Amino acid sequence: MPPLLSVQELVVQYSTLRGEVKAVNDVSFSLETAATLGLVGESACGKSTLGFSILRIVPPPGRILGGKIELQGVDLINLPLEEMRRIRGSQVSMIFQDPMTSLNPLLRIRDHFIELFQTHEPSIKKEEAVARTVRLFDALGIAEDRIGDYPHQFSGGMRQRVMIGLALALEPRLVIADEPTTSLDVIVEAQVLELLKLLREKRRLTLILITHNIGIVAEMTDLVAVMYAGQIVEIGPTGDIFEDPLHPYTKGLLESAPNVLHPEQSMRPIPGIPPDLASPPTGCKFHPRCPRAFKPCPLREPTPMAQGRRLVACHLYD
Amino acid sequence: MSSLVEVNGLTKYFPVQKSSLEAVLSRKREFVRAVDAISFAIERGGIFGLVGESGSGKTTTGRLLLRLIEPTSGEIRFHGDNIGEFSPQSLRQFRRRAQMIFQDPTAALSPRMRIGPAIKHGLDIHQVGSDPERKKETLRMFERVGLSPAEAFYDKYPHQLSGGQRQRVVIGRAMILEPEFVVADEPVAMVDVSIRAQILDLMLSLKKELGLTYAFITHDLATANYFCDRIAIMYLGKIVEVGPREDVFKSPRHPYTVALMSSIPVPDPKHKLQRLIPRGEIPSPINPPSGCRFHPRCLHAQAVCSQREPQLEEDALGHQVACFFPRV
Amino acid sequence: MKSLSGIPARLLLRKGPKGAEVYLAVAGAVLLATVIALTFLAPYIAPYNPIIEVAPALQPPSSQYPMGTDHLGRDVYSRVLYGAIVALEVSAISVLLSSTLGTVLGLFSGYSGGKMDRVFSMVMDSIYAFPGLILAIAIAAMMGPGLVNMSIAIAVVYIPTYFRMIRGQVLQTREQLYVEAARALGAKNSTILFRYIFANIIPSLVVVLSLNVADAILTEAGLSYLGLGIPPPTPDWGFDLSKGKSYLPGGYWWMITFPGIMILIVVLGFSLLGEGLNEILSPRLRER
Repeated sequence: MPPLLSVQELVVQYSTLRGEVKAVNDVSFSLETAATLGLVGESACGKSTLGFSILRIVPPPGRILGGKIELQGVDLINLPLEEMRRIRGSQVSMIFQDPMTSLNPLLRIRDHFIELFQTHEPSIKKEEAVARTVRLFDALGIAEDRIGDYPHQFSGGMRQRVMIGLALALEPRLVIADEPTTSLDVIVEAQVLELLKLLREKRRLTLILITHNIGIVAEMTDLVAVMYAGQIVEIGPTGDIFEDPLHPYTKGLLESAPNVLHPEQSMRPIPGIPPDLASPPTGCKFHPRCPRAFKPCPLREPTPMAQGRRLVACHLYD
Repeated sequence: MSSLVEVNGLTKYFPVQKSSLEAVLSRKREFVRAVDAISFAIERGGIFGLVGESGSGKTTTGRLLLRLIEPTSGEIRFHGDNIGEFSPQSLRQFRRRAQMIFQDPTAALSPRMRIGPAIKHGLDIHQVGSDPERKKETLRMFERVGLSPAEAFYDKYPHQLSGGQRQRVVIGRAMILEPEFVVADEPVAMVDVSIRAQILDLMLSLKKELGLTYAFITHDLATANYFCDRIAIMYLGKIVEVGPREDVFKSPRHPYTVALMSSIPVPDPKHKLQRLIPRGEIPSPINPPSGCRFHPRCLHAQAVCSQREPQLEEDALGHQVACFFPRV
Repeated sequence: MKSLSGIPARLLLRKGPKGAEVYLAVAGAVLLATVIALTFLAPYIAPYNPIIEVAPALQPPSSQYPMGTDHLGRDVYSRVLYGAIVALEVSAISVLLSSTLGTVLGLFSGYSGGKMDRVFSMVMDSIYAFPGLILAIAIAAMMGPGLVNMSIAIAVVYIPTYFRMIRGQVLQTREQLYVEAARALGAKNSTILFRYIFANIIPSLVVVLSLNVADAILTEAGLSYLGLGIPPPTPDWGFDLSKGKSYLPGGYWWMITFPGIMILIVVLGFSLLGEGLNEILSPRLRER
């Protein structure tokens, strides 16, 4: 069966005061139906930009320069805007990071949903929309009598559940979650993750989970892509990558993650600072910080090579 | 042994701001009970973790410890002296010995002040040495916190640095006064994951060099496990559990702590999480539940839990719990 | 501050062509530099003495009198050149007065809060509620003619503008984390107020200053137009405008046009400078 999503050689560029910055620099991957892909990396690695590109909502002054994004064979990049709008929300949807600012403070919660339904199905009757909203609330674990509240009356966790509800209301095939629990407390985060797992299973969702939290990646994903400076440096099954990280950055990232079970093995630093994308290092972008850098690293950019069930972009594996 | 910092019955209530209409209609004044009669001690040379979620009161406690805000009641003793009774001069001297590292390094630095003068500023305020001596000391501090070469960084503005570098400036600014006690409020929460360890290692090495004592405020249990030697778990303005780090993590006794420990994602795909998620959500600190504040969400709550407030009780190993039915 | 993409906001361009705001400011600055140069050079380059009769009255513009002569036979060009002196003097003095007073009051009031703040705010709001020109007229009428009195009248009108702006910024800046950090270091209130709060407010102040000067010049012209300003025969754009108006129906257009154009140029210059500065400084203000 062909993959649900296929991204090929995607390049997304931002115009900045200091020059052109390639936030996403030649990224390729594919995703099967009902799989969960983790996009993991630190700030400015391009993971959020990649997520926005799939929905074509990259904020200006960013724009997609080249490459292909195919949703079951349909090229999303060259689709007319009207059709892209139809796809957003109904075929591909997004759960945003900050539920505080992503909801309209002037609209009651149920009106968020009704508006969503009516936009994509203009003929729908209001009662029908309300009924569907109530059913959704049930699945989300929100009490029905809260349906008429305003966003500010909801707690952070509940707002995030509303965001999840909005993303799933039209039963999309692909859901992109951009740091869905970063702004939440520990226990609320746990609740939201459990909810996501439940809904994912019940609806056979295909999920792209964008996060910098290694623990969430370990728990929630089947496949993980590690991003650095706009490129995927390693991509493969989650189990394989955690068991034996091949790319030195992957290894460093995993070792720097806090581990509440084994604190003495966790939180190892990666020396140096993240690269300036306006004037990036030559060759492999990670080489200035890499403990295993050698001759070819500053000279040539490594191409992704297959290693078992993975792809690694590193001269160690050329 | 007398502790460096001793807190007794510390309470802070914030009045709730109401619109004039609300204020007229309802006579009752309402308060956010941010911190409610907590007591603990921090030993010299220790790293004391204050761990909790939002609304737990940990951030407010941090500010109370340095008297950046005034308590509603209770006392804080530093070297046995009540800091609430300090004269302005004593307070200034206290500020030299007790410093703070802030959560958001970008917000904690004045955008219009170059980072050289920013780090030097503490020495200027307390008039330590002559001006050339202060500049020399500042340059030395730059090198010490890893901003090298110092001369190159001295004249930069905060916006010219990365997040991790800014946090180093914040640390340098606090450490240049060679304090005894440092309150670190989520010092790595806004820093990239791979840089966090660098910053924490810097804080540890400075501790060794200056003989520091830390109060470490965080919501991130895993980081607290790595950094602290003693942990206090806070919930809704109360301390529910305190103890040596290993004890609290390996054998948590308060149901809330147990829930927290079981909820954290672990960076190991083979680890099966058995989450014990409490019911419902954190209630409002304006109207906290009666008795034990955790009782409405607790899976083991009984009648007495809503009637009386459990006090912290200690077992043989210095591990304290405030619960009528602690886990074993 | 992180933008959605993770790329620091400071690196992202705002909308609009690259550097457009710089052109604005530069254009304004150039205009102003020209006018200020004229002010200083007026005594040297004005061909005639502006207050005595040098030619037959009401001559249209010619090679000898590039802007014609007025109803008293004075060279309009020379009067326009000298008029810059008064315009700039009055607006400079009044802006200096109002900005200093307004800023100092705003700083202390905003930082202290409490009763003093409430009282000052009420007073300032009351003054602010008056339409500017009317208030200036009232005060100027009370105080009588003269350069200093006019400056004071205009200054009073603008004090609340500075007060409100500065106070608002102080209230906002007071809550910033770096202010708390300064307190934690042990800094005194005065240090915090000036080195931390005021230092961060200066960009906004500069913007308001330039726009204020533009406004003050218009107000000065208005007062002079109504006869409440500098007594004749001192060259003054507003006064000349007023006189020129009466002669306009007779077809003598040059008396009113050239002073009017000068006012336009100076006001435009200050406005461009102010807007340009605002654009240039905003991204850096926002990036906090």
